[in-house]
Amino acid sequence: QTPVLQTNNGPSLTGLTTIAAHLVKQANKEYLLGSTAEEKAIVQQWLEYRVTRVDGHPSKEDIRTLLKDLNSYLEDKVYLTGYNFTLADILLYYGLHRFIVDLTVQEKEKYLNVSRWFCHIQHYPGIRQHLSSVVFIKNRLYTNSH
Amino acid sequence: MRLFVSEGAPGSLPVLAAAGRARGRAELLISTVGPEECVVPFLTRPKVPVLQLDSGNYLFSTSAICRYLFLLSGWEQDDLTNQWLEWEATELQPALSAALYYLVVQGKKGDDVLGPVRRALTHIDHSLSRQNCPFLAGETESLADIVLWGALYPLLQDPAYFPEELSALHSWFQTLSTQEPCQQAVETVLKQQGVLALRPYLQKQPQPSAPEGKTVSNEPEEEELSTLSEEDIAMAVTAWEKGLRGLPPPRPQQNPVLPVAGERNVLITSALPYVNNVPHLGNIIGCVLSADVFARYSRLRQWNTLYLCGTDEYGTATETKAMDEGLTPQEICDKYHVIHADIYRWFNISFDIFGRTTTPQQTKITQDIFQRLLARGFVLQDSVEQLRCERCARFLADRFVEGVCPFCGYEEARGDQCDKCGKLINAIELKKPLCKVCRSSPVVKSSQHLFLDLPKLEKRVEEWLERTLPGSDWTPNARFIIRSWLRDGLKPRCITRDLKWGTPVPLEGFESKVFYVWFDATIGYLSITANYTDQWEKWWKNPEQVELYQFMAKDNVPFHGIVFPCSALGAEDNYTLVSHLIATEYLNYEDGKFSKSRGVGVFGDMAQDTGIPADIWRFYLLYIRPEGQDSAFSWTDMLLKNNSELLNNLGNFINRAGMFVSKFFGGYVPEMVLTPDDQRLLAHVTQELRHYHQLLEKVRIRDALRSILTISRHGNQYIQVNEPWKQIKGSEADRQRAGTVTGVAVNIAALLSVMLQPYMPTVSATIQTQLQLPPPACNILVTDFLCTLPAGHQIGTVSPLFQKLENDQIESLRQRFGGGQLEESLELKVKPSPKPAVVETVTAAGPQQIQVLMEEVTKQGNIVRELKAQKADKNLVAAEVAKLLDLKKQLALAEGKPLEAPKGKKKK
Repeated sequence: QTPVLQTNNGPSLTGLTTIAAHLVKQANKEYLLGSTAEEKAIVQQWLEYRVTRVDGHPSKEDIRTLLKDLNSYLEDKVYLTGYNFTLADILLYYGLHRFIVDLTVQEKEKYLNVSRWFCHIQHYPGIRQHLSSVVFIKNRLYTNSH
Repeated sequence: MRLFVSEGAPGSLPVLAAAGRARGRAELLISTVGPEECVVPFLTRPKVPVLQLDSGNYLFSTSAICRYLFLLSGWEQDDLTNQWLEWEATELQPALSAALYYLVVQGKKGDDVLGPVRRALTHIDHSLSRQNCPFLAGETESLADIVLWGALYPLLQDPAYFPEELSALHSWFQTLSTQEPCQQAVETVLKQQGVLALRPYLQKQPQPSAPEGKTVSNEPEEEELSTLSEEDIAMAVTAWEKGLRGLPPPRPQQNPVLPVAGERNVLITSALPYVNNVPHLGNIIGCVLSADVFARYSRLRQWNTLYLCGTDEYGTATETKAMDEGLTPQEICDKYHVIHADIYRWFNISFDIFGRTTTPQQTKITQDIFQRLLARGFVLQDSVEQLRCERCARFLADRFVEGVCPFCGYEEARGDQCDKCGKLINAIELKKPLCKVCRSSPVVKSSQHLFLDLPKLEKRVEEWLERTLPGSDWTPNARFIIRSWLRDGLKPRCITRDLKWGTPVPLEGFESKVFYVWFDATIGYLSITANYTDQWEKWWKNPEQVELYQFMAKDNVPFHGIVFPCSALGAEDNYTLVSHLIATEYLNYEDGKFSKSRGVGVFGDMAQDTGIPADIWRFYLLYIRPEGQDSAFSWTDMLLKNNSELLNNLGNFINRAGMFVSKFFGGYVPEMVLTPDDQRLLAHVTQELRHYHQLLEKVRIRDALRSILTISRHGNQYIQVNEPWKQIKGSEADRQRAGTVTGVAVNIAALLSVMLQPYMPTVSATIQTQLQLPPPACNILVTDFLCTLPAGHQIGTVSPLFQKLENDQIESLRQRFGGGQLEESLELKVKPSPKPAVVETVTAAGPQQIQVLMEEVTKQGNIVRELKAQKADKNLVAAEVAKLLDLKKQLALAEGKPLEAPKGKKKK
């Protein structure tokens, strides 16, 4: 279901990322949308990724590819834009939660960078909300599989 | 920065256009890579276009690249632009990539290509025309325009795939396409090869999954409040103050209704239901109910209106049914005609005539048209190879043959048309044909037949369509079907059949044959009118003065849009031809199709046994009317819409408005002193009323219903904000305010009662009685919002209009009618239903069990037929007949139908 936001002034807004970006601006937290042209474009790119690739009904195979790609992308990054926490991290965290909770310990190790990033975001103040906290084990169990 | 592109990758189009627009092209190094090359190191699957930034980062989303180029030029994106870009990514792209893949890689054509994107195109068109701006996000061009234009260009540059009725989309597209950066991008990417330039890239892509699932959403489209000018407000106030004087004098009732020169004369037909099928909800919404709403609306506008329908009674299916039930075809028709008439009466369908096709008038008019066609050389004679089932001893009508489609290989193609690919089939071309009755293989025999020479009439019908279609309200699907028929070229169509039950062919050598329903069913409209008035020709031979609206489901379009017009044009007798052909898509039941044989779905005669009033059925069916796309009936959704829209929104508002008048003002409408806020509300209501009129004039029935609900939502908000129940306890000024709010609210309720009449006639009448609405205001709807309940008017007793539907009630109905949880109901569960009268007779059986029983009935029926054919011993036959009757009884029970008394009459 696509969310719709009925605002007090002007027409309603439709779509998750549109509404989220609107609310971020309303709250005067524009920095969450990125500060340079490059960051802004990257934030929007991952927001689009969330609604086109993560949402809906991806197959098992799609989910594996998605985690693999993200894992390799995050290899040298703390956040999706690099060094700054943005809306992209928040929405991708919410979107991926349903897949991450189902991962086995072995899979969490396989997607180590995703796990590190995910664990970091879920401990970010005010982010986790009602979602369950996912447990990641610090000591590696399957060292030779990596 | 470096841009990676690939030959024919559609994403290059918006990216290059954006680069040209943002003048970033100079710094752009462009590299061409193969379609399967992985440019982005962290992505498993290949993706182009990709922009590698100087920092080393990659942008792999087309929209993000375009956005970046715009941002570099200092252009930020607003909410509306973001909304369009998100919509492009989530809705448009899946549909569009499917369409392009079908077109470019699979070589499909026509509706196969346009089908997936039609809804998205319409959405853009509506948004453009509603906001009345040249560009998507307002007065000036934005990123959204470039991205959407680039996505759509490959498809829309071919006029064949640009629905002509989308005029706002047209002008937007033209504006963008003529811009320099866009033209250059087109030049570079498509290289003057059109859409085929995309092939090298697309054929390397996996087949996109068809964007399904979203097509069955019954949710309303977003409602937007547009701005009001001071002038709008002043006009609304002036109109309001006119009160009842703002109404035109009522036009006198005539009987019979005949066209009047100088007036708008509206002739409305609903597709004739085939007599021996009990119509299901899909049939009802597809024609009779849709046409009824329009007919009622047309009468509210005081247009001179005649609405007719009737049962289509001739044909093989009737003969077969008669054989099964041991009656004559005439007796079958008499019996089922009454069933139909009762169903439509229960649904409150306001026919001026509900006739039938088995009348002397039908014979007279059909034979006359035929003679004229014959005399003018439009009838051919030829021998025809036909399928004959030796076991059933008869030629098989198209619908009684099933087999493999010669075009697409679909296994259950019918003898006349394939349900899968939609192509028309000549029954003998079917591979592996089977008789549907006895499942044996029919043989090909030859017989003499008459043909309508459609190729000879093609030019006339094309000329007529060229005159008729532009500016008319033909639905897009009807236009499309007609266009594809003409594009493929017309072929002679056989108009006779080897049957007894039909209109006799008045020609030597054809005494034992009758006209085929192709030819004569649509003439039924004329003969039904002729049975209503001997002056029928004033309607049907009067194209200058009569506007003909014909309602049907889309499978009926060729008969009404091509075949009948050909006959009528060829007869050269000044016949009235269809001005507006209104075709619906299909209505599904829950997640599947309605199926009589599997006992799935709600059929017309069962709706009354549910305890849910006819108006609630009408409302829900119209709310989900398959207008522009298929939709689905869902019990849960029906409960939701009843409880949220009817009970909490509409019912709540009308009831509160009336109750305030009764409780606080002794039943008399109070004085109203309008504040600027009230005046704005009047203008908003007027605007929505105008919108309702615009939609219904274009026969957009489902959308117009939304306007009613929007007005009542405004009304609820108005009451909520102004709190008359608190004001009434306050100072003199507060009390006056309470009076004004109550008075305005009850007048909105009065307006709603009239707007609601086409949709829910009984509820409308109830509201009007409760409010004691003056009679002239009850049956006329003008385009202004008038104060029809002036101060001092006394209203009647107010009571709630709607009842809540409960979960368990709906759950038990769902079980009863199948669909959803099919498997578990296999063991013949008996469910108590809300009405005790039907408990004894209704049991729910699973469709599988019903299927088994069906097959047994068919098998046993064949045994009986064979024995009879062999003139076997009477006792033996009687014993097998008894078995057959018993099986039929079980089947009826399993289907949840009331048992019929055993037939007294037996055919000798």
